[in-house]
Amino acid sequence: MPELIDILIARYNYWVVICLMMIGLYAMMAKNNLIKKIIGMSIFQTAVILFYVSIATKHDASIPIIGHGHNGHHAIHAADYMNPLPHVLMLTAIVVSVATLGVALALAVKAYQQHDTLEEDEIIEQLKTEYLSQ
Amino acid sequence: MSAQFPALIIVVPLLTAIVVNIAGWVRKSFCFPLALAALTVSFLSAIGLMGRVMAEGDVIYRMAGWDPPWGIALHIDHLNGIILILISLVAILNMIAYRRAVADQLTNRLGAFYSLYLLFVIGLMGIVITGDTFNLYVLLEISSLSGYALLGMGGGRATLSSLQYLFLGTIGASFYLLGIGYLYIVTGSLNMADIAGILPTLESVSVIKVSFILCIVGLFIKMALFPLHTWLPNAYSHAPNPAASLIAPLTTKVMIYVMIRLILTVYQPDFTFIQMEIAELVQWVAVIAIVAGSVLAYKQNKLKRMLAYIIVVEVGYMVGGFWLGNAAGMTGAVLHILNDAMMTLCVFLAAGAVMSRVQFDKFEHLQGLFAKMPFTMIAFVVGALSIIGVPPTCGFFSKWYLISGGINAGHYAFVAALIISSLVNVLLFFRVIEIGYFEPFNTHNGHNHHPKPPMQEASLDMLVPLMITAGLLIAMGIYAHSLVTRFIEPAVLPSLLGSL
Repeated sequence: MPELIDILIARYNYWVVICLMMIGLYAMMAKNNLIKKIIGMSIFQTAVILFYVSIATKHDASIPIIGHGHNGHHAIHAADYMNPLPHVLMLTAIVVSVATLGVALALAVKAYQQHDTLEEDEIIEQLKTEYLSQ
Repeated sequence: MSAQFPALIIVVPLLTAIVVNIAGWVRKSFCFPLALAALTVSFLSAIGLMGRVMAEGDVIYRMAGWDPPWGIALHIDHLNGIILILISLVAILNMIAYRRAVADQLTNRLGAFYSLYLLFVIGLMGIVITGDTFNLYVLLEISSLSGYALLGMGGGRATLSSLQYLFLGTIGASFYLLGIGYLYIVTGSLNMADIAGILPTLESVSVIKVSFILCIVGLFIKMALFPLHTWLPNAYSHAPNPAASLIAPLTTKVMIYVMIRLILTVYQPDFTFIQMEIAELVQWVAVIAIVAGSVLAYKQNKLKRMLAYIIVVEVGYMVGGFWLGNAAGMTGAVLHILNDAMMTLCVFLAAGAVMSRVQFDKFEHLQGLFAKMPFTMIAFVVGALSIIGVPPTCGFFSKWYLISGGINAGHYAFVAALIISSLVNVLLFFRVIEIGYFEPFNTHNGHNHHPKPPMQEASLDMLVPLMITAGLLIAMGIYAHSLVTRFIEPAVLPSLLGSL
């Protein structure tokens, strides 16, 4: 049992990511309001971004900026600096998730204009009656 | 010039997508020629590239001259060369066919439509051409986002369907991204060729397994494999015709290509089929997908919705065939990617042509169509025969490879599912053909003579691409053997040698 707790504590960043992902998934599946679903989607994507950010960290490491990099000829130890690549990747992924959020909100606004409601079951009900009356 | 082909394929339509949007405000008549010109450049570059690959072997294009693994490389071999040609060809044919319909229906959103159209095609071509796993994610989202917007353009029921597609599509893409993250933890690289070199030397297999499962599940959602297919029928059947017949042939097929690329190039076949121990499971999922998709397709009473469920069945064919893990099954899966894109385009174009004349929603409205629109219906019949798998058309040959792959692997349930679904397809399409051919248009009760309805064919710019597509179905059937030996076997066989 103590080993298990050690593992839980040592890998706490992964557990945070997993919890956030599950919260996001739950909101997307169980919530009826379209905006709440969109918020869930955003949480889900943020969890993946946090995962990438957390894998870049190292113990006792500095930010990936090399001081006096231009004039010094001293050797640089990669272990002294965090890995900048996942952060750079996540800049792109954040842009992607913002774009997804924008498209999703635009579609939700359009659905609201058409149906005067954001509750998914009410929209489906309206679509059904519309379909039967055709 | 020819050295820059890989960049031209993506850059020209990308820049034109911006210009087209501006042209939509200035002068609407510029939009179509501009977009068509950009896609033609892509198409010709893709053909040129394929020529180079055949003559010199794989082409690796270094973006801005940076070598991989630091720079981003575009990698073209036999497999994605032929799929690049396919994507640009489908996009061009569809764009010409719906020129008039788009100009009539989306008059004040013309610039936006063509801009999204180009972005969608660029996204897919980028996915196919890139040699970098993270780049693949970004391009996947470019094509998905423009796809959501295109499908949502229909208004009415399309809005909610498109939003539901967006939720599931985002989950799929995020799973893929997470899988790539796990791969990055153990390899420290994002370049596909680089990862392929590092993976066999690693010992922490469980992380690789997790990453593999996350990537593949993400792709299964994106390609609408059966239990994860729920977004597809609504999204495709409520969408406007020009968008649906672009997205339906291409999205699922490109996602299957990504799965094949990951398995053949990144993870290697012997890891996938021997160490993972999930091949059997995936084959059974594919069998269920084929049978369930056929049953669901049979229950539909609207043409476009029935065609959407047929796509679910076809995804089952390709996934099942590929996961059989032998050369015949893989060849059949890759050949079926090409064939299925063309035949889906053919039947969706024919449905669009019919809908441009008859405002139909259900099968009853198809009565007497053979007298009214003979050429459209001939093309539809060719597409239908190809989906069923009747010999002169291309569908037969890929099914032949898939079935022989199933027999080689001893997986008779897959073979049986293929044959049953072909029989169900016969029922599906002959129901449509029977209504169109034998049931007369406007039945007058008590009158025995029906005046022959006047011919009301679809407009010529719709009919010509439709005829070309139908002709290609037969031509691809006749030249199926050289397609396989020239393009597909060089792509599939080398990665199978030495393993398995």
